[in-house]
Amino acid sequence: MAAPLTLLLIVAVTIRAVLFRSSWAELISERVEVVSPLNAWKRVVEGLALLDLGVSPYSGDVFHETPFMIYLFHFVVDYAEIVFMVSPGLVFCLSRFLTSLYLFRKQKYALESDRYPADCLELLRSPKEMFYIPLKVAMFYLLNPFTILSCVAKSTCGLNNAIIALFILCTLKGSALLSGILLALATYQSIYPLTLFAPALLFFLQRLYIPVNLRRSSFWFFTLQYAFIYVGSLVVITGLSFFLLGSWDFIPSVYGFIFSVPDLTPNIGLFWYFFAEMFEHFRLFFICVFQINVFFYTIPLSIKLKEHPVFLIFMQIAIISIFKSYPTVGDVALYMAFLPAWSHLYRFLRNIFLVSCVLLACSALFPVLWHLWIYAGSANSNFYYAITLLFNFGQILLVSDYFYAYLRREHHLTHGLYLKKKDGTEATLVLK
Amino acid sequence: RGLLTRLNTPICIVCYLAAIVWFMGLAFEPFTLRTDMSENAMGSTMVLLRGASAVPRQGVRSSQKTGAVSTWLVKAMQSRGLEVFTQSFSRKLPFPDENKERYMVRGTNVYGILRAPRAPRTEALVISAPCSPGDSNNQAVGLLLALAQYFRNQVYWAKDIIFLVNEHDLMGTQAWLEAYHHTNITGMEYSPLQGRGGSIQAALSLELSSDVITSLDLILDGLNGQLPNLDLANLFYAFCQKLGVLCTIQGKLQRNDWDTAEGYTHAAQTMMLMVLKQACGRSWGDHGLFLRYHIEAASVRGINSFRHYKTDAATIGRLLEGMVRKLNNLLERLHQSYFFYLLPSLSRFVSIGCYMPAFGLLVVILLLRALDLWVHLGAPALAAVEGVTEAQQPSGPAVLTVLTPVVISHLTGVALYLLPVHLQEMAVEHFPVSETEAVVLTAVAIYTTGLALPHNTQRLLSGEGTEQGWKVLKLTALLYLAVLLGCTALINFSLGFVLAVTLVPITASMTPHMPKALSALVMVLLSPAFTILYCVFIYQELIEAPVSVSEGWMLFLSVISQGILDHALYGSLVYPLLALFIYPCWLMFWNILFWS
Repeated sequence: MAAPLTLLLIVAVTIRAVLFRSSWAELISERVEVVSPLNAWKRVVEGLALLDLGVSPYSGDVFHETPFMIYLFHFVVDYAEIVFMVSPGLVFCLSRFLTSLYLFRKQKYALESDRYPADCLELLRSPKEMFYIPLKVAMFYLLNPFTILSCVAKSTCGLNNAIIALFILCTLKGSALLSGILLALATYQSIYPLTLFAPALLFFLQRLYIPVNLRRSSFWFFTLQYAFIYVGSLVVITGLSFFLLGSWDFIPSVYGFIFSVPDLTPNIGLFWYFFAEMFEHFRLFFICVFQINVFFYTIPLSIKLKEHPVFLIFMQIAIISIFKSYPTVGDVALYMAFLPAWSHLYRFLRNIFLVSCVLLACSALFPVLWHLWIYAGSANSNFYYAITLLFNFGQILLVSDYFYAYLRREHHLTHGLYLKKKDGTEATLVLK
Repeated sequence: RGLLTRLNTPICIVCYLAAIVWFMGLAFEPFTLRTDMSENAMGSTMVLLRGASAVPRQGVRSSQKTGAVSTWLVKAMQSRGLEVFTQSFSRKLPFPDENKERYMVRGTNVYGILRAPRAPRTEALVISAPCSPGDSNNQAVGLLLALAQYFRNQVYWAKDIIFLVNEHDLMGTQAWLEAYHHTNITGMEYSPLQGRGGSIQAALSLELSSDVITSLDLILDGLNGQLPNLDLANLFYAFCQKLGVLCTIQGKLQRNDWDTAEGYTHAAQTMMLMVLKQACGRSWGDHGLFLRYHIEAASVRGINSFRHYKTDAATIGRLLEGMVRKLNNLLERLHQSYFFYLLPSLSRFVSIGCYMPAFGLLVVILLLRALDLWVHLGAPALAAVEGVTEAQQPSGPAVLTVLTPVVISHLTGVALYLLPVHLQEMAVEHFPVSETEAVVLTAVAIYTTGLALPHNTQRLLSGEGTEQGWKVLKLTALLYLAVLLGCTALINFSLGFVLAVTLVPITASMTPHMPKALSALVMVLLSPAFTILYCVFIYQELIEAPVSVSEGWMLFLSVISQGILDHALYGSLVYPLLALFIYPCWLMFWNILFWS
């Protein structure tokens, strides 16, 4: 197991090192699909320059990273490439632990297989299959072209991904304190991971065998404890940032920027075209509608998936990367790394062929239509937005397909694989 | 879905035929749209034309004998009251260009700027005329000077007008444009421009090949199949109508009898010519390079086709004056009309919405086959689930068997792209051929070697290929080809369509279980190289200069060398596309045929 992992790591690092040195790096770091105004390296450099001159990096409208990030790079700017190399490495380590941990949990299911009807045995994974899953997760993340592009462009998105990955790792390891702190850090970086609070809490409750029951004091006790860790570290981090910079400039410049979406540079998300076309006085209303989208799904999903917090984390990350205001391909890569962990759902997926075709075609069409629009001048923004829509449609289809497959598998686990209707014909399941 | 799987083959055949019929139907007049001026600034009023004549062509001719065209031009332009500047450039071609007999190129561009008296000088128009020693474009240069003199005395110019006389046709234009926009894409050496106008809005290039002009030909196809806004063609057509000048496109006059068989054939031929010219991705006139900089441009070429009807230089001058004045009235860049179109005649066009279905039907075939394969690949897995407990799972070695041919094919493609130019010296030393021949023949040799390579190495590396192996490979290759053709067709519809027509039938039907010899022959006959060969023959047939097989072969070789040169000099994308993507993709299917 160690040998292929090392090999994989070497291959991944080689690809990145070669690309860093090639002339493509500059081209890639200009692509709007890969970098967003939030995480472009160019802007970080600008912020650093301002900081060195003793000016607040948030004066002007260029820099939108958090103060921690800029101080991090203040010390390691000469080794920036190495930092960006390491960040996927972190995710890589995580992926190992993540899957192995999660799967050992799953194995318990296998031991308890007498709980399930006999014909469901094939739905449970054999240890041999699970053995390879960490390798696959690592491969999916490290060799994913999206991750490679994002890393070569030195998008700080890779670091955010690493933080989220560490958070998941700590959660699965069962350390509530570290998990809360890292979640606060992730929230501090880009707000949206806020929605991961619910799955993390559910996971700990499940782990400690505390039932989700509003009348039980143990439930409230733990919830408050976890919320306190989370909110407390968030306050501490924000306070620290204030002391580092000596002003609250970063609040409007980072979080205001994320929420009110003033930068309408085209990207792979849904915001830019819509708000470029919008009448100005409806802007506030629609911003609320669009932003609530990200947070809204947390409640119904948490209720539906309260027994399966790890899958809920996956769903949340996917939803964030689809609906956030400045998405890049790096965000997409993060949730795609989870897909091999659900390989047991494969047989229940219905649209996987369609989805992969759509995602593949869209990834190829993005640069082509960008060329036609910006350089050749023969197409226009509508063409590009059409592809953006299609890409997001593909992502949503992918996520909902996995959701459906997960629920269906759970149903089969309790009711048997080959369902019969009352009259003996084969039944079909309908998602309600 | 069940229906699609059962009727897959008939549906594919129907799609293919429908695509061909649809495409041929595009030339039929009732299906096309009438061209109409969409830009308001150019449409509502006709400008009053007074005309410029008195062409000083003698001077150009006499100074050419002494070889001092540029100094004479500078003087001539200065005497007409323009701000005159020169720019020198030089470029060593990667290998000698045998068609134009040049290798080390050195030249001078001369341009004069007429400053706009009525507006801030933020925008400009360009009128250019190529002029090379020994070239017979003197008429155009003379006309250009006459226009400059006439324009100088008018007061209504709101945009700077730049009169550019460029040497060594496209290379001069390239050097000038790169200097104007401060870019250097192709590694040309040039001196910086001393004087500049505003951002260029539109450009017209003028080529008059003889003293007697009977008709004017409009050339639109630019680099990589890019086309200017249709309004530019409309403008030209409108003025030709007004002034009673015979105008052609692709050298074909327009006919009015669309309902007869001849009329339809004529329109179809015109459209086919446009498709072929666009597909080869080179710039067919000096205007082609302007398009890359988001400048709407077209070439106007005077043709002497020995008709009775003659057009004098004054009329052409009036025509150009009219076009420039209309362009001068523009408030913003041309954007109202279409950018993607095909022209079966000057007054009729086919828009992107009409021709894309033809291409779409071809790509749908690839997707249908891929879907079919997907279902077949899934079926055994399901069967296994029903029988035994173990579920099917894609293992490591299966990925490897697919990856190996893909990588090898692409390496062959990279060799085809890099080696010909780099190996020319070695080839010239060892074989009795010239540099150009060396390049082309190396390309052909690598192409042919590629046919032998993949299936041998594949056998060597992974031993026995499985039934599932080739299906996965074919699925990959089909999706790859579909995406590739789709992207190509968006940038250059004609190229995508021509490739799709030849590649789709073989790729859709290829399996290892077919008779080897016969299907190998069919595959080779429909390979990308043979597609180029057919295009050469069809093109020659369409311009009514049919060639014999050996002449055709020579032309084919020169087309390849031109393609490589176009890529090196102007950044045309057709050669890298074919070498790095289409050819490897075709090799994958070749690999499937010999799957053992």
